[in-house]
Amino acid sequence: MSLLEVADLGIRYGASEVVAGLSFSVEPGESLGLVGESGSGKTQTALAILGLLPAAATTSGSIRFDGIELLTADEEEMNALRAERIAIVFQDPLQALNPYLRIGQQIRRILLQHGLASGREADDRVIEMLERVGLPDPKRQFGAYPHQLSGGMRQRAMIASALIAEPDLLIADEPTTALDVTVQAQILELLASIRDDTALLLITHDLGIIAGHCERMLVIEQGGLVEEGLTRQVFAAPQSRHMARLLEAAPRLDRDGVRETVVGKTVLDVRAAAVSFREHGSHRGDRRLRAVRDVTLQVRSGETVAVVGESGSGKSSLFRAVLGLIPLQSGIVSFLGERLPDDVRSRALSVKRELQLVFQDPVSSLNPQMIAGKIIGEPLLVHAPELGADERRRRVLHMLEKVGLPDAFVTRFPHELSGGQAQRVAIARALIMKPSVLICDEAVAALDGAVRNQILALLEGVQDETGLSIVFISHDLAVVRGISHRVLVMYLGRLVELADSARLFTRPRHPYTRALIDAVPVPDPAAARGKQIIAGEVPSILAPPSGCAFHPRCAYAQDRCIAERPNERIVDGVTVACHRADEIDLTVC
Amino acid sequence: MLRYTLLRLLGAIPTLLLVIVLAFLLVHAAPGGPFDDERVLPPEIAANIAAYYHLDETLPQQFWRYLSGVVRGDFGPSYRYRDHTVSQLIGSAFPLSLKIGALSMLLAVIVGVGAGIVAALRQNTVADRVVMTVAMTGISIPIFVVAPVLVLLFAVKLHWLPAGWSGNAGYARLLLPVVSLALPQIAYIARLTRASLIDVLGSDFVRTAKAQGLGIVAIVRFHALKPALLPVLSFMGPAIAAVLTGSVVVEEVFGIPGLGQFFVRGALNRDYTLVLGIVIFYAALIIVLNLIVDVLYGVIDPRIRHR
Repeated sequence: MSLLEVADLGIRYGASEVVAGLSFSVEPGESLGLVGESGSGKTQTALAILGLLPAAATTSGSIRFDGIELLTADEEEMNALRAERIAIVFQDPLQALNPYLRIGQQIRRILLQHGLASGREADDRVIEMLERVGLPDPKRQFGAYPHQLSGGMRQRAMIASALIAEPDLLIADEPTTALDVTVQAQILELLASIRDDTALLLITHDLGIIAGHCERMLVIEQGGLVEEGLTRQVFAAPQSRHMARLLEAAPRLDRDGVRETVVGKTVLDVRAAAVSFREHGSHRGDRRLRAVRDVTLQVRSGETVAVVGESGSGKSSLFRAVLGLIPLQSGIVSFLGERLPDDVRSRALSVKRELQLVFQDPVSSLNPQMIAGKIIGEPLLVHAPELGADERRRRVLHMLEKVGLPDAFVTRFPHELSGGQAQRVAIARALIMKPSVLICDEAVAALDGAVRNQILALLEGVQDETGLSIVFISHDLAVVRGISHRVLVMYLGRLVELADSARLFTRPRHPYTRALIDAVPVPDPAAARGKQIIAGEVPSILAPPSGCAFHPRCAYAQDRCIAERPNERIVDGVTVACHRADEIDLTVC
Repeated sequence: MLRYTLLRLLGAIPTLLLVIVLAFLLVHAAPGGPFDDERVLPPEIAANIAAYYHLDETLPQQFWRYLSGVVRGDFGPSYRYRDHTVSQLIGSAFPLSLKIGALSMLLAVIVGVGAGIVAALRQNTVADRVVMTVAMTGISIPIFVVAPVLVLLFAVKLHWLPAGWSGNAGYARLLLPVVSLALPQIAYIARLTRASLIDVLGSDFVRTAKAQGLGIVAIVRFHALKPALLPVLSFMGPAIAAVLTGSVVVEEVFGIPGLGQFFVRGALNRDYTLVLGIVIFYAALIIVLNLIVDVLYGVIDPRIRHR
């Protein structure tokens, strides 16, 4: 008998149907992947299984767990099942754990609730569980608050809380989406190794994760099942058009060509840029957080430079300082050979329009009280006040057409737009003054595969037409690969490697670059297994390691790496900061 | 934490200084003086009195004399209550005001938080609406209306409780003043608790707790109450100030010989030193209590504590 049987499940909020006619089953002990785009009903399905849908939702159909009907079970029956038989790991452990209580107390409470242990025995079981999920010094972490742990450690604690009562089914809802890429790999590995005979329902938007960690998979689209089967078979020969499209849209490191280097004049010249913040109120007094240290980079006209790094790498701070939005501690920013004042308020209007910015979250970066036409046309009021209303309107419509939106969108408010449409409006606003450089800060990170590819194609089209330079800040090497001419990799505020895409993705020179490449989940079950996962997490930028900051996580580190910080140097046309760049071979096979 | 507390105490000095300057100027700007009477004094005697109390000096001189006294903890002599210093008067009247104020704060927190929790858990039901309507009424009606109405109802009509202070004994005479003082605060606290608990119950970590099989009572007690009470704690500062001002009215209405009565009489009599002394005392009290609230905030929220 199946452990969980979902039959003809329907979930609706008033008139809108988020899940309809969904049927699938989970067998004891198996690992089942559930993949779908945002809004496809993945999370709603998970919440329905646990009986956690908001009161506004109405359900139909049936969810049977070990013979018990869950949709009609009362709160008491559900509470007996939760944690003890069905447990869940949510996306963002910082939100999902109580910030006011110690980690140990929160997990211990589950044992007390279900009468599984009490007193010292409960403490011991929690500590043992914390040890199993790989928390160093579990006795101490028992007493830690969530904010005192790193993102990866928090998610480990969350997994410990889900497994403490030894459930039969573990639901993991986008368990690594909020984590750094190198940590994502570790958490997925942990989930695979620790669950023993607990069945896993792994919900994700990322085909690479499914390919590497699930035997069987389901694909849902708009709340309905479109495909199911063994992961190997589905990837090899997708039966549904939707799965084929998802697979097509998935970014891959192991396919497609890279863009050849462009030779153009230098537009933006950043020399030895450093950014630091003051950390207030620590008991040892104020500390300096050195977010960016001595980064030098030239951006040529018509070129896309990707800036890649994990949290704390300083990639966003660097370009906020380049734009003059935060103070530059030292260094020089020049535009077309002319040095720019550090503060954007001291910069000439004619320079300001040349450097434009697009943010990650399109909806919250657009004023909710303005229609798209006004948002797009607003820069004209500042930079070209002499234009009449008719001319302004003509230019706005022209921009809309350029970003692929129909004229009717002029009167839409941001909340009436999808994520992709809102990002198009944000791009139109950034491009209406015909800037020379467009800085995209994680501009496609919140978008689904197909939409993301459309936006990337749009940017590339504009670039081919106008010679725009693009700085593309991202945490995801796979996304970066297809669009960038050159890639700058940063770690804890410093440049670690700057290379042409063709070189970087085939023969990285820095072990960290190689680690980032290896950490990207590959949407191919055959290729996904057997990758080397680097240990550890990004250290705190407040206390960076000595010598080469990457040495504690580096498989190639020697005594020298601990003692001495490597200078940037050029090895085979690649700028790299590694003592051993010319002796080790990191070629990606 | 210690460093923070000390810094905050240091930061209170300019605030207190500003209060002293403003209060001093205001009192002296009021028309009339402490010894103006229907019976006109002979000029020699008036000059004598003025010289005795240094009222013949220039304003800056008087201020400097006063300030140097305050720094030494001396608020000077009362102009009207002969043979008493202001410090003595405050010392004799404050314990009673403190008792009434503390009891009404306690009542306000217990009843307010309780009602707020009930309303939050029964959101949009009859119980919720009743609590919120009563709370809104409590906020809208000023204390100088509430107090006499309570007296009229419970003392004059029903004869359950004594109407005034003198001639009565025991805790019964405390009840009406404490309740009238607490009522508006109960209302504010109930509304605050309700809103913040509803907010906390919608957070992700509560969803996690539900997914762990905890019932609603366990969730409120173990997970939600502490964060939900943070806004209530922040409100304690303004609430304490409101109870202090409210006590001036309540003490008048019930004829309670507390600090509030001295304050009102002092103002009417142009008893400069007494009014100034009480204003500065209250200001210092509010500053210290607010500081305690902020320190407690750090005790409850570990993210602030560890910063």
